[in-house]
Amino acid sequence: MNNIKIGLAGNPNVGKTTLFNQLTGLRQHVGNWPGKTVEKAEGHLNFDNSRIDVIDLPGNYALSAHSIEEIVSRDFIVDEESDVIVNVIDAANLERNLYLTTQMMELGANLVIALNMNKFAKKREYEINVKELSELLGVPVVEIEATDSTSKEELLKVVEKAANNPIDSSKKLVYGAELDEHIKDLENLIEENNQLSDVPSSWTVIKLLENDDIVVEKVKTLPNFIEIFNEVDKVKKHLKNVYNENSEEVIANYRYSFIDGLIKESVVKPDVEKPSFTEKLDKFITNRILGIPIFLVILWVIFQITFTIGVPFQNLIDEGFTLLGEGILAVLGETWLSSLLVDGIIGGVGGVLTFLPVIFLMFLGISILEDSGYLARAAFVMDKVMHKLVGLHGKAFIPMILGFGCGVPAIMATRTMEYERDRLLTMMIVPFMSCTARLPVYALFVAAFFTAYQGEITLSLYILGIIVAIIVAAILKRTTFKGVSTPFVMELPSYKVPSVKGVLIHSWEKGYSFIKKAGTIILLASVVIWALSSLPVGVEYGTQESVIGQIGTTISPILAPLGFGEWQALVSLIFGVVAKELVVGTFSSLFGGAEEGAGIESAIHELFTPLSAYAFMAFVLLYVPCFAAIGAVRQETNSWKWPLAMVAITTITAYIVSFIIYQGGMLIGIG
Amino acid sequence: MEEKKINSIKTLNELKNGEKGTIVSFSDEGDVELKRHLLGMGFVKGSEITLEKVAPLGDPIKLRLKGYSVCLRKNEAENIKVQI
Repeated sequence: MNNIKIGLAGNPNVGKTTLFNQLTGLRQHVGNWPGKTVEKAEGHLNFDNSRIDVIDLPGNYALSAHSIEEIVSRDFIVDEESDVIVNVIDAANLERNLYLTTQMMELGANLVIALNMNKFAKKREYEINVKELSELLGVPVVEIEATDSTSKEELLKVVEKAANNPIDSSKKLVYGAELDEHIKDLENLIEENNQLSDVPSSWTVIKLLENDDIVVEKVKTLPNFIEIFNEVDKVKKHLKNVYNENSEEVIANYRYSFIDGLIKESVVKPDVEKPSFTEKLDKFITNRILGIPIFLVILWVIFQITFTIGVPFQNLIDEGFTLLGEGILAVLGETWLSSLLVDGIIGGVGGVLTFLPVIFLMFLGISILEDSGYLARAAFVMDKVMHKLVGLHGKAFIPMILGFGCGVPAIMATRTMEYERDRLLTMMIVPFMSCTARLPVYALFVAAFFTAYQGEITLSLYILGIIVAIIVAAILKRTTFKGVSTPFVMELPSYKVPSVKGVLIHSWEKGYSFIKKAGTIILLASVVIWALSSLPVGVEYGTQESVIGQIGTTISPILAPLGFGEWQALVSLIFGVVAKELVVGTFSSLFGGAEEGAGIESAIHELFTPLSAYAFMAFVLLYVPCFAAIGAVRQETNSWKWPLAMVAITTITAYIVSFIIYQGGMLIGIG
Repeated sequence: MEEKKINSIKTLNELKNGEKGTIVSFSDEGDVELKRHLLGMGFVKGSEITLEKVAPLGDPIKLRLKGYSVCLRKNEAENIKVQI
């Protein structure tokens, strides 16, 4: 059997991932590129006696060193042992799509072009002469339709053929006599040493003229690098004199004029372009008056689908595990083993699985928004608000709102954002959005201390969370995330009907990978907390005599300036890290297993004043989100740095805010 | 005549709804990375560009060039000059 390895490359929104799903189906695996936060999707299929491994490269507009995604794609084409690069191109948007193609041709990649969305191009009355296009580019071009499996066979046949007869695609690329001549001279200088031979020297020259940092560093390893840089500077100056533009622009212009030439020869466009369906719909969806209301309605629908439909399933799973726990207790009796199984493992596993429905539904909603093209419009409409308030991209709005439901899907929704900095900053402030799991805590305290103003006090906590998020974002922007602000530049793709298969695969993949990766962390953490609550042997679970109770007793004075320095408060907060709902549960079990109601209420009256109760609720709102959220950040960022940063940021913020509330309140005499 | 010529050159963020122009220059001021990115997306000399829409809150703006739509914040568009 023959092994063929192919990479799928192309601009964002050209149906690359749809083609990937079409080729690999469920034989795919999503992970990360080694050492990167960029997602890597791999899959395989068998065709005609060959096993074809397919790697879905990130969607790029160019192959500069502009973003990690571009570097990942470029390194793949240069370094990895790929046989063929399949360049997916949107037929209705040839010019811009071919810009990336020219850059892969500069690298001499063994290209096959998959011309996608031909139906759409035909609707716009574009006539593409595929044979001519292929001739001019010097690489095979296959018309496909990624949404169904049109020409899948043909594409695979061409790929197989190309794998057996690799070509150097840089042959047909011409940038005009003026530039080509200079490139040739510099090429010779680079080739003097026979190093850097893994890439075409002409590519190295072009990258030097484009001031590409990574290539500049590489060239510095050559013995004659000083001579090379001198020559490059001369050429740059010369180009500046001739074109009155710097060399980067000159090269971009040459690429586009090469493309213009191709298009003139191979494509016939109508004289007057008909307004497309997308343009007509956009008039309505991004309308000055209707734009924001439409966005809010769609957001409300996503929120409802995720939580109104998801929560009953969540409860069902929860009840199932409770029943299982009771069953185990009935069979084994109250031993340490049954306690480990019920409080530790089932509590942990149940805690993980209950997130599955909301994650699946949220991704269903977000995938539909993203694939249909609406998400980009939502970001367009909301960008000013987000940019002004928290210095973030308009796309950050959706994760922030989802955070009011549950932080886990919210953190996972940040991956719709292009720039890593935005993604990380959003993850750091999402936990300040008051999630539904915190509600039982507010309910208990508000009922006990603020009977007359229940609604107002609860609402004030939500608002406090938003204000704190804005302040923390402002601080992070000036410290950790200091530097150039990330640009907004974003393509508004044509609207299309999302593919059911793609959306389902995507949602399932996300839910599953959360359970697999974050699940391990949650389960481990749950068992550790169980052990701390059950040791030393013989103590009653979670009491003051247990390790956790002793820890609570020792360090609880730290919280005294916040108004709740008692060990019970600290222990309940520790349990709250497992899941926020446990704060209430812990109080009830610590006060003699009294069921929620008058029993705990009078007990907490002994520990708290209205002021310290409010400070405590503020602390619960702002401190470490649950293990599930920590696990989600770990999974999304692929490192321990960011989840730990989140723990630190939230804890310090909670401490400071509660301190201000309690001490400030005492000062003005509300205590 | 002289005055008319000056008037017909605007920065991209000054275009009105539906107004069309041709890119004449892209200043080196501002973010280099952003400029690189925009060059790749077709913001090169000679490209025809139309302002399709301003967002409901006045920023960003939606532009059409080379057969597709893209949006930019106004301050990201101000380094690009267009001839009307």
